[in-house]
Amino acid sequence: MRLSLRLLLPVLLVLSAVPASAIELLNVSYDPTREFYSEYNAAFAKHWAAQTGEKVQIKTSHGGSGKQARSVIDGLQADVVTLALAADIDAISSIGGVIDKAWQQRLPQNSTPYTSTIVLLVRKGNPKGIKDWPDLIKPGVKVITPNPKTSGGARWNLLAAWGWALQQPGGNEAKARAYVTQLYRNVPVLDSGARASTTTFVQRGIGDVQITWENEAMLALKEFGADKFEIVAPSLSILAEPPVAVVDKVVDKRGTRKVATEYVSWLYSAEAQDIAARNYYRPRLEAVATKYAAQFPRIKLFTLAQVFGDWGRVQKLWFDDGGIFDQIYQN
Amino acid sequence: MSRPNGALTESAWVRRLLIGIALAFFAVFLLLPLVVVFAEALTKGIAPYFEAMQEPDAIAALKLSLAIVAIVVPINALCGLCAAWAIAKFRFAGRSLLLALIDLPFAVSPVIAGLVYVLLLGSPGVLGPLLREWDIQIIFAVPGMVLATLFVTFPFVARELIPLMEQQGNDEEHAARLLGANGLQIFLRVTLPNIKWALMYGALLCGARALGEFGAVSVVSGHIRGQTNTLPLQVEILYNEYQFQAAFAVASMLALFALITLAVKALLERRYARELGHH
Repeated sequence: MRLSLRLLLPVLLVLSAVPASAIELLNVSYDPTREFYSEYNAAFAKHWAAQTGEKVQIKTSHGGSGKQARSVIDGLQADVVTLALAADIDAISSIGGVIDKAWQQRLPQNSTPYTSTIVLLVRKGNPKGIKDWPDLIKPGVKVITPNPKTSGGARWNLLAAWGWALQQPGGNEAKARAYVTQLYRNVPVLDSGARASTTTFVQRGIGDVQITWENEAMLALKEFGADKFEIVAPSLSILAEPPVAVVDKVVDKRGTRKVATEYVSWLYSAEAQDIAARNYYRPRLEAVATKYAAQFPRIKLFTLAQVFGDWGRVQKLWFDDGGIFDQIYQN
Repeated sequence: MSRPNGALTESAWVRRLLIGIALAFFAVFLLLPLVVVFAEALTKGIAPYFEAMQEPDAIAALKLSLAIVAIVVPINALCGLCAAWAIAKFRFAGRSLLLALIDLPFAVSPVIAGLVYVLLLGSPGVLGPLLREWDIQIIFAVPGMVLATLFVTFPFVARELIPLMEQQGNDEEHAARLLGANGLQIFLRVTLPNIKWALMYGALLCGARALGEFGAVSVVSGHIRGQTNTLPLQVEILYNEYQFQAAFAVASMLALFALITLAVKALLERRYARELGHH
């Protein structure tokens, strides 16, 4: 067994070789923020070094927002979470008990430093002539959207569609429900996250239209060429607010509260807002928003609060087991 | 065409057709994907190919994968050897239960295996509060990934050794005992030399599976870049980030390991067919 011990020793050394000099921070995020946070992390490390002289190394983990929240609840040691919607951070707070209940009041604008909306991505030339929400329930149109149980984007997608139907002349709950039920009949596959959905639509060529984050659609255009896909801005959509929070229990245990708090606060700085806008998130800061105004299609937006109330209510009513989504999808 | 075996009654063209179908199947489902992996990895040329493999996260993934293999294979070789020895050489109560348990990882989906560890060792899990008190992180860290891989790859060594040891019987051990050897001597000088190539073979398969395992490891990994991503998980991440060439470059690393495994396996089978019990 001496041989295997000799083999094991360097292995154990490699495993325990955590650079002691740098502070490490883990940001557990949702799917389409990969490109944004890889740029932000580099800028933040520079900012932190300039401010304190300390080196900080930021690690990230990405996946469907609900799935990521589940991992943090199950013990993934995230210093900060940057998820797709408030309900997922609420779940970490209530089920996991590792984030203070009042987390959303700790940072400006409901702890949402950047926003986005939900748009429609179609193939070049728009062969099915999709212009707005009603076109999605036409027979023969295949719609790609992820699973609202695991994906935050998917929940925004459903609420955007529902909210549009509700606000049509003569619109009511029953009509909205009928519209969304019809819409999900046109969905051939439910992926676990927004990025998996994009891969299905863009790479595997399945579906005629993808309902997705504006930033995700714009990134797809950049990566695969504007000659292959087009963004269709619907007449009305939802203001999607992906919030951020420090995970109290973890930062207190690891002694990283100061740097973690600065990490989420600095997202509101001019420099960070510019990075967000470059990565197709709608910035909160007026000056940056003006600078990038031409980049974003003008869409009439409604907020969650205006139409549905808060995420606690929406999550319970629409997406928990036996909720409206389950009733719709079983039909 | 002469008939090598008089018992075969199929005419020559039937045999040719069947062999042709098998070869075509082999080409389409095994050879073609392998070619595609390397072709995609090299779409941008040689330099980007090696750049993709030297990217810090890819190197971290490679190191982690090899570390997991280096921990899992010795442990499973030892445990598999003990289990096979007990099952093949002795008759005891619960023997068939042990045999069934060894096969359990083959029957259970790896995702479920990973999930069981999360439910058991995760924060809200049965042992979660205890682990938190002692400040031990197993799930979403390397120990959890090692555990999940240990579980999934457990049967390989035992499954390889049991039939061979059963076939060899106890005669040589009895002879050694009569000649005055003690237990350890019997094991080291009689039992082990008889099965060493089969043990190697089992360890090789175990290592190959450990390197390629995705499902179980994915559940317990937490997907922290440069920290808890193995090679297969890194491939998925790169693919999801639209870095297709890099994804295939890392995938080609896995394919390369697979080819090496295959070559060593073929060599073992050729040279030591008798010792392996593969007649």
